[in-house]
Amino acid sequence: MRFRAKIVDLACLNHFSRVVNTVARLAKTCTLRLTADKLYFILSDKVANGGISVWCELCQGNFFDEFQMEGVAAEHNEIYLELVPENLSRALKTAQNAKTVKIKLTNKHCPCLTVAVELPSLSSSSRIVTHDIPVGVIPRRLWNDFREPSVPDFDVSIYLPVLKTMKSVVERMKNLSNYIVIEANLCGEMNLKIETDLVSVTTHFRDLGNPPWASDDECQSSARGRDLESMAEARIDIKKLLQLLAGQQVNPTKALCNIVSRRIVHFILLHEDVSLQYFIPALA
Amino acid sequence: LSRIGDELYLEPTENGLSLRAVNSSRSAFASFLFAPLFFQLYERGSPQRTGELLRCKVLMKSFLGIFRSLPSLEKTVGKCLILLKPQASRLVVQLHCKYGVTKTHNLAFQECEQLQAIFSTQQCANSLCAPARVLAEAVVHFPATLAEVTLGTGPGGRISLRNYVEDEKESGRTMVTELWLAEDEFQAVAVAPGTRITFCLKEFRGLLTFAEASNLPLTIHYDAPGRPAVFTLDDPLLEVHLVLATLSDPESSSQSPTANSASELPAPPDDFADDLESYMIAMETSAYEGGSRAPPSPTFPLRTPGPADSEPEEEEEEEAVPGTPPHKKVWDGHRHAWVTRGWAEPPPEPCLSLQFRSLFFGSVLTPGGPRLAPTQEVLVEDSDGEY
Repeated sequence: MRFRAKIVDLACLNHFSRVVNTVARLAKTCTLRLTADKLYFILSDKVANGGISVWCELCQGNFFDEFQMEGVAAEHNEIYLELVPENLSRALKTAQNAKTVKIKLTNKHCPCLTVAVELPSLSSSSRIVTHDIPVGVIPRRLWNDFREPSVPDFDVSIYLPVLKTMKSVVERMKNLSNYIVIEANLCGEMNLKIETDLVSVTTHFRDLGNPPWASDDECQSSARGRDLESMAEARIDIKKLLQLLAGQQVNPTKALCNIVSRRIVHFILLHEDVSLQYFIPALA
Repeated sequence: LSRIGDELYLEPTENGLSLRAVNSSRSAFASFLFAPLFFQLYERGSPQRTGELLRCKVLMKSFLGIFRSLPSLEKTVGKCLILLKPQASRLVVQLHCKYGVTKTHNLAFQECEQLQAIFSTQQCANSLCAPARVLAEAVVHFPATLAEVTLGTGPGGRISLRNYVEDEKESGRTMVTELWLAEDEFQAVAVAPGTRITFCLKEFRGLLTFAEASNLPLTIHYDAPGRPAVFTLDDPLLEVHLVLATLSDPESSSQSPTANSASELPAPPDDFADDLESYMIAMETSAYEGGSRAPPSPTFPLRTPGPADSEPEEEEEEEAVPGTPPHKKVWDGHRHAWVTRGWAEPPPEPCLSLQFRSLFFGSVLTPGGPRLAPTQEVLVEDSDGEY
C-alpha cells in the first residue's frame, strides 16, 4: 500500500485547502478513500454522527501534479484511511505560499499521512515543514460501510438561494430554535421556518428554479403528478444545516437540495471539479 | 511581559529602569532594561533608609490599561512621566497630551523584594542568533494552543523545531509538526550537534512579537535539557532577557533526585569559584540573592533543605564579591516568596547577581513527573500540568 502525491501549483493548493477546510467543518473524523483517479472524503451515516452523511468527491488530476497510488491489492486498488480532517486542514493552512506540497502515506510510530511542505526562504536551501498526521487504515472487510449513498427518491428538488444569504438567515434563527423546517415546491419557492412557543419566523425565497432531473422518467411523471405548488418539508437540526453553510468559503457553481418529505434533505454542492453531498435526516 | 505574569516589577537602577515579570509556576522570567539614555530624563532618586532603592510591583492589567490604545497614544501623547511616590504608595504615570491635556494615573504599588533570576548566558554551551522574522515565520506553523516545542540540531547543521508530544499514547493521535531551518538563515550558530531543548512556546511567542516589532535579532542560549534557556535581544538602549525552564531529559532524571537539584551538576563548584570574570551578568543589579531556606508559603511546600544543598550555599555567601551588599532573604513571606534552590544547576556560583537560582527549581520535570527525594522537595510544580 503506497501513496504519494505532489501539488506544485498555488491555485490548486489553495483550492484543495478550501475543500479540506470545508470537510473539516463538517466532520471531526472522516474516511479518506483514495483511488487511481479520485479522492473521496466520506462520513457514513452512523448514529454517532447524528445520521449525517457526507460524500465529497474530487478528481485528483485537477489538483495534483503527481499522484501515485497502490491499493491494498491489485483487484482492490484503493486505500481507505480514517483521519481527522482538521489536522490536514491545519497542515495546509500555513503552506499557502509553498513551493511544493507532498503528501505521502508513511509508517512512523503508526501509519501517518505525512504532509511535507517546501517553503521559500531567503537562504540557499528551502525550509521544510513536515506534518505527520496519524491515520487509521480501514481494512477491506469494512469498505462496504463507505459506499456512495444513492440519490433518494425525492419529492422536490430545488436550487438553493445564495449561500451567504441563507447562512445569515439560518445563523440568526439558530439563536431562537434548535430545529428548522425547510420546505420547498416545484415552483421555485423555498421557506425556512422556525417555530417556538414565543415566536415563529419564516423566511421566503422565490424564483429559485428547480433543477431538471432527466434521470428517471418515472421520477418526472410522479413529480408532474404532484401539485406544483405543494411543499415538501423536513424538520432538521439547525446546527447541522449551519455547519454546511458556514463551511462554504466560496460560492459553489451549483447548489441544490432534494427534499424527501419528513425523511431526509439531500444537499448537493458543485464547485467546478469538486462535488459535495450532504445528507441531513429529518426529525420528528 | 504581560504574556508572562500578572504583576509588573519595576526597579530603578543605576543602569536604567528594569521592568520584570515572572510567571506563576516560576518557569518563565523576563526582564527589560531600559538604559538611562532611552529616557529624556532619568532620575533614580535617593536610596531609602535601608540603603536600597525602592522597587515595587504593580498589577500588569492596571499598568497596561494606561497604554491601551497605541495608535491613539502615538498621535496624542507628547511626553510620558513615570514617577514613584513612596509616601503615597503610588506609582504615578502622567501622559502629557496634545492641547494641554494631562492624564494622570495613580497606581497603587506594593513594595517587594528583588525579583532576580540567576542565570548566565556564558554558561550556556549553545547559542543561536536569528532575525526575529525568521523565528516568527517558523513558529507560525505550530498551532496557537501548542504548549511546548523542541528545538534541536540535525544533519547538515540544520536547526529543527518540533512540537513536543507528552507521552507515548498521545503520539498515536497527535499530529507532529517539524520544521527545518538551514544554518544560513541564522546570523550566528554555535551549537553542538545532537543537542536539543524543549520549552514552552507561549512565553517565547510573546518575546518574538516584541522582537519582530522592534526588528531586533534574537539570540537563544541554551545548555543541556533541564537547564534554563535564555533568549536575549540586544539594543544600545534596551536589554531584554527571557529565561525559560526547559524539560529535562528523561535519561538524566534517572539520577534524580539530583535531576532537579543543585547537586546534579556538570561541574564541581570549584570551577566556578575561580571563574568570576567570565560570568556575564545579564541583569543590572548586583545584589546577591542568598538565603537557603524557603519560608513556609502557601504556594510551595515547606522545603527542608538537605545538608548537601544548604551548605554550599552558605559557603558561597561568604564568598560574596566584596562591595556587593550582604545578601538578604528574598522572600516577601507570602506568595511571591522566592526560593533560592537552584534548578539543575551548579551550586553556588559565588555571589553573582543574577544567579538564576530558584526560579526553576523543580518547575520543569520530565513528563512522567518524577518525584524528588524527600530532601529535595519540589517547590514549583511542573508547568506542564497546566496544558
